Amino acid sequence: MNIMKFRPLFFVISTFLIGISIFSIIKWGFQYSEDFKGGATFEIKMPNTKNNSQIEKIFNDQLVGLKSVSGTSGIYTVKLLDIAQDKKLTLEKNLKAIDKDFEVLQFSTRGPSLGKELIKKTIYAIIFSSLALLLFIGSRFSDFSFGAGAVLAMFHDSFILIGMFSLLGHFFGAQLDTLFVTALLTTLSASVHDTVVTFDRIRELKRFTATHSWTELANRAVTEVIVRSINNSMTIIFMLLSLVALGGSTTRWFAAALLIGVVCGTYSSTAVAIPLVLLFKRKK
Amino acid sequence: MIPLSKKTLNLFYTIVGLTLVCLVVNLPPSFTLFGKTLYRPSFDFQLGAAEIKPNLDLRYGLDLAGGASLVFEIDTKNTTTSNLTDALESLKTNIERRINLFGVSESNVSISRETDSYRLIVELPGVSDVNEAVKLIGQTASLKFMGIIDIPPEATATATLNDILKDTGLNGSHLVKAKPEPNPNTGAMEVSLVFNAAGTKLFEKATKDYLNKRIAIVLDNQIVTSPTVQTVIPDGLAVINGDFDIKSAKALSAQLNAGALPLSIKLIEQFQVGAILGKDSINKGIRAGLVGLGLVALFMIGNYGYLGFISVIGLFIYGLLTLTLYRLIPVTLTFPGIVGFILSVGMAVDSNILIFERLKEEIRSGRPWNTAMELGFGRAWDSIKDANACTIITGLILFNPFNWNFLNSSGIVRGFAVTLILGIIIGIFTGVVVTRNLLRVLARKKL
Repeated sequence: MNIMKFRPLFFVISTFLIGISIFSIIKWGFQYSEDFKGGATFEIKMPNTKNNSQIEKIFNDQLVGLKSVSGTSGIYTVKLLDIAQDKKLTLEKNLKAIDKDFEVLQFSTRGPSLGKELIKKTIYAIIFSSLALLLFIGSRFSDFSFGAGAVLAMFHDSFILIGMFSLLGHFFGAQLDTLFVTALLTTLSASVHDTVVTFDRIRELKRFTATHSWTELANRAVTEVIVRSINNSMTIIFMLLSLVALGGSTTRWFAAALLIGVVCGTYSSTAVAIPLVLLFKRKK
Repeated sequence: MIPLSKKTLNLFYTIVGLTLVCLVVNLPPSFTLFGKTLYRPSFDFQLGAAEIKPNLDLRYGLDLAGGASLVFEIDTKNTTTSNLTDALESLKTNIERRINLFGVSESNVSISRETDSYRLIVELPGVSDVNEAVKLIGQTASLKFMGIIDIPPEATATATLNDILKDTGLNGSHLVKAKPEPNPNTGAMEVSLVFNAAGTKLFEKATKDYLNKRIAIVLDNQIVTSPTVQTVIPDGLAVINGDFDIKSAKALSAQLNAGALPLSIKLIEQFQVGAILGKDSINKGIRAGLVGLGLVALFMIGNYGYLGFISVIGLFIYGLLTLTLYRLIPVTLTFPGIVGFILSVGMAVDSNILIFERLKEEIRSGRPWNTAMELGFGRAWDSIKDANACTIITGLILFNPFNWNFLNSSGIVRGFAVTLILGIIIGIFTGVVVTRNLLRVLARKKL
């Protein structure tokens, strides 16, 4: 199977995806969760309260910068800009007054400084793991074309994941939060995981066959591992899909991010990492 | 058919034994089977004089068990670097003492270093009243001793607390301890104070400056009491007397002890989860995990037949081993942690798929079954090793084992990383050692 002849197509697909990502990031930016920009969220149970306006009024009376009240059937999510401890106490008292079964299911508040720190730390983590993986793969394969190919494919995947979240944020309200950062970092490793399996096959074939054409080696290697790559992604995709469907709202976007990362990682090991290695080899 | 080697058989029995032990460990403490109530055997044992009682319960994090976590920014502006380590340490013990007053069993207080600041993180599992906790920990932040100065009568109307109080320089960090005691002569309750060396000097000066005047003891900008100075006190031992009974004397000493925070802190982050929501998350996670596992099992059996079935057994052993390690280490499970576990199951299957695809290839190239099987394992090992090493590298960077302050140290990311790393290591073990052995013993008959 001459998969490498589709290189122009892969190039178009990747350029298209990266293009959309850049467009969406510039045009729409991101929906940041309170992890990034600070703010407070209440998740409250008020089984005897049927409409949001009553709750809105109580929050507005305290001038806490109410952003939204959402929810039905007695469970409401209330988002605020920020809240001081004494105001929180008053609010809870007032809510209890209109609904005796009032209960706080979840409450969180974060300062805005945490987000900046998180972004900074994530960038460090990406740089750090790229370097570590570049060195590790480079030395395991005694060839830095492979290390560079794998790391660039990894950047490709994480960038597309970030771009897709900008799109998902614009159209479906997906937010960037700490879990997204975790998903992003997992994508780094999943992407490399897949690439290394394919690289490993090229290395092995090179040892046992007479050919010196890298393209031919790459084609044979991809043909031989593609079933495994797809099957493997399928199992991870099954696990993630069931999480998206059944895991509850907290982790839905997290699982979605991992899903995008895994699919991207499978695609990029064949369509990005190997063509890049071939490119480096031709230049030499 | 070639008989099985002794080594292979021994390993097989070891695996069966290990699986049974793990199965027992993962049983609920008590359960009903065929109408009989059975109990999980205890694993307590005696090692020399020490009695070892392993706690085999799964630990759930705050997001699952319910509870509260509070993050405070520590103000280190007024401290020199040489004092800082001591000050942070004493801050930590102080907060721990306050929490113990609150009666939380498995609380955790830690200090995390950020790029240019320090944070105090307090985790209170099972605490439902976060407001009470905030009040106890955060609000009694500073204790000061202020001299009360006389102001001209015409200014009294507009005077605020700050106008009549003058800082003596003596504060909570100088207080060693406060204790309720009865006066040896009168028997009336008093609160005795002990200052450290620097505090003793400051206190001597203050009592000289304010002799026959009053000194206010100010806790968080509120005057707790303002006794009159009756004599100069040079030894750093002071007594507050007033209208105390045992209860109020005790309360004041507790307040003073608690107020003696060496550094002031500011609440910047709060997180509180009710226990109901936590249970809901656990159930949802388990359900999603089971459905996902079922799909993976179907997929593997559909694709690889009998081999797939054996890999599902391998996967089952994987699950049991992982849960057993979570109990023994122990790993505190958070929701992202469960997701990490579920994801690692997907990755554990990968080793099997790699091996089976290799096996198929070798059979296609005309090798007999048993040779193909051994070759399949041998050749797949290289890819498994390198690919998983890469995932472990990223996992370690996420886990940040050396607490480098330029990397993430948040509990969410760590919880995920721990389960991912453990999952991958155990996955390699079950994929390569366990499944291989099961195939050697159980699939050999296909010759």
